[in-house]
Amino acid sequence: MGLNELTIRQATEGLKKRDFTSRELVEECLNHIEKIDPQIKAFITVTTDYALEAANRADSLISSEGEKAFNKKPLLGIPYASKDNFCTKGIRTTAGSKILEDFVPPYESTVTKKLEEAGSVLVGKTNMDAFAHGSSTEESDFFTTKNPWDLQRVPGGSSGGSAAAVISDMCIFAIGSETGGSIRGPASWCGVTGLKPTYGRVSRYGLIAMASSTDSPGPITKNAEDAALVLSVLAGKDPLDATSSPNDVKDFTALSKESLNGLRIGKPKSYFDLDIQLDVRKKMEDFLEFLESQGAEIIDLDLMDPKYSIAVYTILQRSEVSSNLARFDGIRFGRDRDNFNFENKKRMMLGAYTLSSGYYEAYYARAQKVRTLIIRDFEEAFSKVDILVGPSMPCVAPELGESKDQPMFGEMMDVLTEPSTIAGLCGITVPVGLSGQGLPVGAQIISDRFDEKIILDIARYYQESTSFHQGRPSV
Amino acid sequence: MKQNIGSKKELLGDYGLVLGIEIHLHVKTQMKMFCGCSNTDLFDAEPNTRVCPVCLGMPGALPVPNKEAVEKTQLLGLALSCEINKHSYFDRKHYFYPDLPKGFQISQYKEPLCKGGIVRLQSGNGILLERIHLEEDTAKSFHEGEETFLDFNKSGVPLIEMVTKPMIYSVGDALEFGREIQEIVRHLGVGDANMEKGQFRVEPNISLRSPLEEKEQKIPEYKVEVKNINSFKFMEKAILSEIKRQKEILDAGKIPIQENRGYDEAKGKTVPQRSKEEAHDYRYFPEPDIPPMKFTSSYIEDLKKELPKLPGEIKKRLISKYDLGQHEADVLYNEELIELFEETGNLIQDYKKVANLLVNRPEHRDKTPEELLSYIAKEKSRIDDSEALQPIIDTVIEENKRIADQVRDGKEEAIEFLIGQVMKKTRGKAAPKTVRELLSEKLTA
Repeated sequence: MGLNELTIRQATEGLKKRDFTSRELVEECLNHIEKIDPQIKAFITVTTDYALEAANRADSLISSEGEKAFNKKPLLGIPYASKDNFCTKGIRTTAGSKILEDFVPPYESTVTKKLEEAGSVLVGKTNMDAFAHGSSTEESDFFTTKNPWDLQRVPGGSSGGSAAAVISDMCIFAIGSETGGSIRGPASWCGVTGLKPTYGRVSRYGLIAMASSTDSPGPITKNAEDAALVLSVLAGKDPLDATSSPNDVKDFTALSKESLNGLRIGKPKSYFDLDIQLDVRKKMEDFLEFLESQGAEIIDLDLMDPKYSIAVYTILQRSEVSSNLARFDGIRFGRDRDNFNFENKKRMMLGAYTLSSGYYEAYYARAQKVRTLIIRDFEEAFSKVDILVGPSMPCVAPELGESKDQPMFGEMMDVLTEPSTIAGLCGITVPVGLSGQGLPVGAQIISDRFDEKIILDIARYYQESTSFHQGRPSV
Repeated sequence: MKQNIGSKKELLGDYGLVLGIEIHLHVKTQMKMFCGCSNTDLFDAEPNTRVCPVCLGMPGALPVPNKEAVEKTQLLGLALSCEINKHSYFDRKHYFYPDLPKGFQISQYKEPLCKGGIVRLQSGNGILLERIHLEEDTAKSFHEGEETFLDFNKSGVPLIEMVTKPMIYSVGDALEFGREIQEIVRHLGVGDANMEKGQFRVEPNISLRSPLEEKEQKIPEYKVEVKNINSFKFMEKAILSEIKRQKEILDAGKIPIQENRGYDEAKGKTVPQRSKEEAHDYRYFPEPDIPPMKFTSSYIEDLKKELPKLPGEIKKRLISKYDLGQHEADVLYNEELIELFEETGNLIQDYKKVANLLVNRPEHRDKTPEELLSYIAKEKSRIDDSEALQPIIDTVIEENKRIADQVRDGKEEAIEFLIGQVMKKTRGKAAPKTVRELLSEKLTA
């Protein structure tokens, strides 16, 4: 087993015991990137020199302070990849767009700063749909990332580069961001664990905005235990982000579930009534059966039809996109506005329309009202159940090019993640097996705002009894 | 400041003036509106040295609102009898301009911090305010030849916007309104309000209406906003020249175009301004990066307690308590002499005299109350009464006949000797001015 194949927990144990150095761990990841990334194309930028220096620093800290070094720096020496929409000081940050092809930020995002302070080592910046506008990475202005399970298929998006990098062991973990389904989607199609924290749980400072009211940074990892570790580092109030929450940051890493006795699981009828692929449906039934066998009670629920969430999400997200991208006015950042791709332009135009005078009340204002109803719908659900469970995506990873003639591709694929996103809830995707074609299927567990602990615990409980999360493609 | 009727007629003819005023003012805070950049002495800083990712509008940078700026805006609102909105939030206002790095300005649209409000003028006219809101200032652009330069020091400086209802009907009231707001803003410590530094920008919206419209209380269908005014002197000139321009258009049977015009100091008149965007649709929507603000009644009550007495109230108190005139009250307030005035007045129990001295004799303003007391005591013991002085003057003339004759013959310098003699006889207590008057009366009659 290569060092690059380890989880955070395993790698940390090895570093503590001096079985290997951070330099060796980082080099194995870099070598693996060099070997397989020409096929996968997960990375826009590989930060080799930076990573090797950071690994050396980690090693000297470990040799001078020993295990104590990990108390303050829980991710010391661990190589990770960041989606390319997190600003990294002195390291090119493109958000997958030609507009920012040469943009080197003079400041650091809070997420990457916290990871650096925790000792982790950035090995590269991963591919994404330009400005996160997409669900396949096919909207990246540079190249499309391939799904490591089948190179003819998409990895999902917009955090597709991060999910592909993790499942193909080019890093120990990765960071993504979700606005509609951009963590849970690619995690599902690539067979990794993806956590979308509660909106406000993790600072957005330095994250190049897509839709400010739903953007949520989160970890993409090899298992739920690692997700808990990374969330413990990232969570908390940031003085630089007024929407970050002062809510207590619990210890996400302490597993508190010994059985699922008494757990009330909501099964939203409207989610399972959708046009869900047969294989996905089958794996979901297996997943629910497992949970029930461990003592959980499955309760059928009537949640609002996701079609309303899609409408609301589409209007709000496009509105915010049109505003957030206004700063790329061709004066700064070195590149003109004709570098926006078609998808970017389409979203900006739709958003400018829904905000324009005379239409604002009919679209934006109305969407906000429906958003309130959706939030209430979930509140009511959580008065009856502890968590909700459903498929993450309605199908397995589609083939490259399938999204071409589907202008609402993203919304169709994210139909199961967008409702919880617009309500600001947290959710986690875990792999629950392979389809007949050998492609990963992901299930999502959703809980109320700031209740990441419960979904992390359930995901860990599940992964301790199953091995689907350990499946790897042969690249 | 009041205009007489004659000049009003000459200026306006039969038209009535309708003015609304918009004021933008820099809030004096430690930091900028949404970032940690210093907001002190910005005017003197080198270009682009007070900037950060937030006020440069870099991707991923987020605004965090400045509590000090919010409180100062509410304090000004309380001073102007506004309603403090318990639920307020920021909106994004979109337009493209090189000095606006995000492509939108963070401003307030639907729920400003303060609603309503009133400013009472000396004439008794009350000017109603629409609202007071808080926003961020833009960067500054310089044009040199073909090139444009941008200085972002001013980008993100907290800016209060205040708008009146269109209910100012004279140039005098417009000027008084502007000065009154400036005085209150300075008094509260809300801002330095220096017009030349662009910290206090008054923009009158000017239109003229026919006698019929005036009778029916109709607001004209057009208005012209005048910008680029950096002193009250120019404000007056700008309004006068704009009235003249509009009158000519109306006299010719046309309606002036609704537009923004800038005051050109060199030309002494207003000129059309480049419009910022063809179609004005700002696509306002609530700023998603900043949570809405909620204020409790007890918070507002606490803020009220911080409110110092306002200039108008202070002057009113001086006038009624010490029987002073408006001018004396104005000078004592403006020159920050109230404390000296009251302490000295308490010592000698003659407030009128102290006020006269401080108002008319600026050289005494640096003295302590004790110094003023001894000065006034000396003044008081002076023989300044012609009846008392008359016999002494007669004696001196009698004793110095030759010199007195010289004065009679027109040799004016000679009078100085006689004054000296009177001073000698009174041991310096005679008031020289009175002595001179009495002597020349006697000798030149």
